[in-house]
Amino acid sequence: MKAKTADKIATAAIVVVAGLIIAILVGMLGFILVRGLGHISFHFLTSAPETIRKGGGIGPQLFNSLFLLVLTMVITIPLGLGAGIYMSEYAKPNKLTDFIRLVVEVLSSFPSIVVGLFGLLVIVNLFGFGFSLFSGALALTVFNLPLMVRITEQGLKSVPREQKEASLALGISKWKTITSVMLPYALPVILTGTILAAGRVFGEAAALLFTAGMSSPRLDFTDWNPLSPVSPLNPFRPAETLAVHIWKVNSEGLAPDASEIAAGASAVLIITVLLFNLAARWLGRLVYRKFTATK
Amino acid sequence: MARSTERQQAKPHLVEEWVGRIYTFLCILLLIVTIFSMVYFVASKGLSTFFVNKVNIADFFTGVKWSPDGVPPLFGALPFIFGSFSTSILAALIAAPMGICASLFMVEIAPKFGRKYLQPVIELLAGIPSVVYGFVGLSVIVPFFRNVFPGQGLGIAAGSVVLAVMILPTITTITTDALAALPSGLKEGSYALGSTRWQTIYRIVLPTTLPALLTGVVLGIARAFGEALAVQMVIGNAPHIPHSLFESTSTLTSAITLSMGNTAMGSAQNNALWTLALILLLMTFVFVFIVRWLERRSKI
Repeated sequence: MKAKTADKIATAAIVVVAGLIIAILVGMLGFILVRGLGHISFHFLTSAPETIRKGGGIGPQLFNSLFLLVLTMVITIPLGLGAGIYMSEYAKPNKLTDFIRLVVEVLSSFPSIVVGLFGLLVIVNLFGFGFSLFSGALALTVFNLPLMVRITEQGLKSVPREQKEASLALGISKWKTITSVMLPYALPVILTGTILAAGRVFGEAAALLFTAGMSSPRLDFTDWNPLSPVSPLNPFRPAETLAVHIWKVNSEGLAPDASEIAAGASAVLIITVLLFNLAARWLGRLVYRKFTATK
Repeated sequence: MARSTERQQAKPHLVEEWVGRIYTFLCILLLIVTIFSMVYFVASKGLSTFFVNKVNIADFFTGVKWSPDGVPPLFGALPFIFGSFSTSILAALIAAPMGICASLFMVEIAPKFGRKYLQPVIELLAGIPSVVYGFVGLSVIVPFFRNVFPGQGLGIAAGSVVLAVMILPTITTITTDALAALPSGLKEGSYALGSTRWQTIYRIVLPTTLPALLTGVVLGIARAFGEALAVQMVIGNAPHIPHSLFESTSTLTSAITLSMGNTAMGSAQNNALWTLALILLLMTFVFVFIVRWLERRSKI
């Protein structure tokens, strides 16, 4: 009888904690959306920020975040796929491979601020790219590569052995087997993982403080020449992203409506990340269905 | 003749194979070069505090006064080290029981409901950017602590609550995987002997999965230890050891975030900040090795 009472009490406690976690998330999302949604308007999303006056927007920051995301993924995906293919298919099971695995694991657990500092020292100063979108993209690549490697490895591991061996038995080279038999099969896993990694890029701030910079020069959205210094498309200009902007507004914002701006920007950030999440699930399922002909 | 065309046909595939092989090898080489140069650059900068600026190593790690502009400048990093350890360990103390309860709920108590509602919720929590956690902490938790407890509300308590919510998904995901990987025979044996669910959980499930559960907790602490902006926003940033949980203090990451932009490269203060970064880097190694050690001890 006593054991049964203990069981009931413990079960109740676990259920209460699980409920509490759901309450925390719902409360947090609710708080951000309620505080932020009221402030989001077309004007807020497109106009430039103000330093001391009311009514500033987040237009350039939003553009910078998206542009940086594209730049980062363009660099990360080929490198990550390559390294992942090597680890999963070409690496021989020996001491060296174990060591590489350890290195990748260490790199993936480095604090993002340390990655940012490394970027400051090597990319910004040593290579002389300065505070720029390009430096930021390289720093984020360092930060995201281990994740991309792991995703690729996971994807390739999910390919049935028979499928791979059948291709090799037909005399098809290993590389051809990987690119035309294994990668298509692994695509849903890789795609889902990549989109989630992209969400991480979108929200990252600490690694960008000292690489992409904390200021945004005046941008001329009618100038689409990537070489012009005021063009939004120029990758070698300093750029403050949305996440960095939220941090800056909160810690040193002078505008009278700083907290509203932070709330609005946070809501935009959260909604974007949610969209990434939903897109990842939906796209992964769609591609899986298409390639495997299951329902 | 036939043989030579055969060889010609085989050639493009051979070339392709080697191009692929070399390309993937270069990718992994780049990764390795990156991490080694990272350790090298941060270490060379961080160690110059001791070798170029002649700061005493013992003074650096035990000194409680950080006044780089003073005469003579003092670099005592103990407040930052203390701040980092106390916030991340407190955060783990809050988040670990919650995370383990959540995964017990998902695996043992209500698998259907848990997988359908709790898991997506946890995944969403994992995706929320850290600045947003900082913002919520600054506009909800800090004012709450200011009203309830004496002080400004900024400090270790606010920092560890924010970090706890942040590392909750990390811990929950790993512990859920660990619990789900437990062979069902063990649990069924326990139930067959007539034990209740709670007896099965704390006599069979928790002890056998303990190393994996601890792995989750250590990874959570590692994440909390390296988090910069969310903590910087709610910790208060005063460079001394606080007397209470609700008094302004600093962590390694918050000190770097605040001062790195305002100091000249190569100055003693700048080098001291790199030393803080080196401590972060070395702690990462420590965490990785603890995780590896725990994984080796796994009983499943």
